[in-house]
Amino acid sequence: MSTIQVTGEGEQHPDVALVASAVAGDVQAFEKLIRKYDRQIFRIAQHITQNREDAEDVVQDAFLKAYEKLDQFQGNSKFYTWLVRIAVNESLMRLRKRRTGKMVSIDEDIETDEGSVPRDLADWSPNPEQNYSQTELAKILRKTIQGLPPGFRVVFVLRDVDGLSTEETAEMLGLSVPAVKSRLLRARLQLRERLSRYFRSKKAGEK
Amino acid sequence: MTCTEFLALLDELMDGTVAAETRTQLEEHLGGCAHCTVTLNTTRKTIEVYRSNELYELPKSVRERLHQAIVARCKNGC
Repeated sequence: MSTIQVTGEGEQHPDVALVASAVAGDVQAFEKLIRKYDRQIFRIAQHITQNREDAEDVVQDAFLKAYEKLDQFQGNSKFYTWLVRIAVNESLMRLRKRRTGKMVSIDEDIETDEGSVPRDLADWSPNPEQNYSQTELAKILRKTIQGLPPGFRVVFVLRDVDGLSTEETAEMLGLSVPAVKSRLLRARLQLRERLSRYFRSKKAGEK
Repeated sequence: MTCTEFLALLDELMDGTVAAETRTQLEEHLGGCAHCTVTLNTTRKTIEVYRSNELYELPKSVRERLHQAIVARCKNGC
């Protein structure tokens, strides 16, 4: 695992130098890390908490916590992986606060068969998103993904939106690789099923 | 190959991580199954549409405010 940071033979991930400078007291180096990752952290936090104010707080608290513990960062994983892990925990904490009494966890496996077998098998229009304005489309996409359990949403976002590997996603969420795989498949199929309501091609005479 | 077996390998197929032999079997199944072809294409489209639309923009003004707040506290030793 200690070689994860090394991107090539003798080639260091650019974050390694920034982290080292920040540990030595260079706040500007840390600011570069903030600029690099704040949007992704905000997106992840927003997907988990579903609350804008909470997501902004998560961005702030995750970076502050990372800065505080920077000297404890071992460098045996990527800085971003470590940062996301902090942000996911902060997001879950806030989600729990809002849903007092309700269990909220990334590793709770949701007993649902929904979407595991595709039901809506109508094909979609060639460019279905073009039937909606940008605002309408974003609204549909948000509403659709919000219907998924938090643990499914975050796996989908990390793997398919951020393009991270299954292994990285597992490390970030403290899940096993098979758990990430199973959630991703279900998240993809459930989203597909739900989006079909909007994107399926209309039969003749249908409004 | 049945549709259930195809579905179990859907992610591997989309992520390009299936062995050549399995890929051939999956493609053979697709050739004769309209349902799985629709499932594969629309699942691909689902990912594409989420990837190409940012749902939660962080406005510049909010970014700046957050940066300033974080950096100020870092300078003060948090």
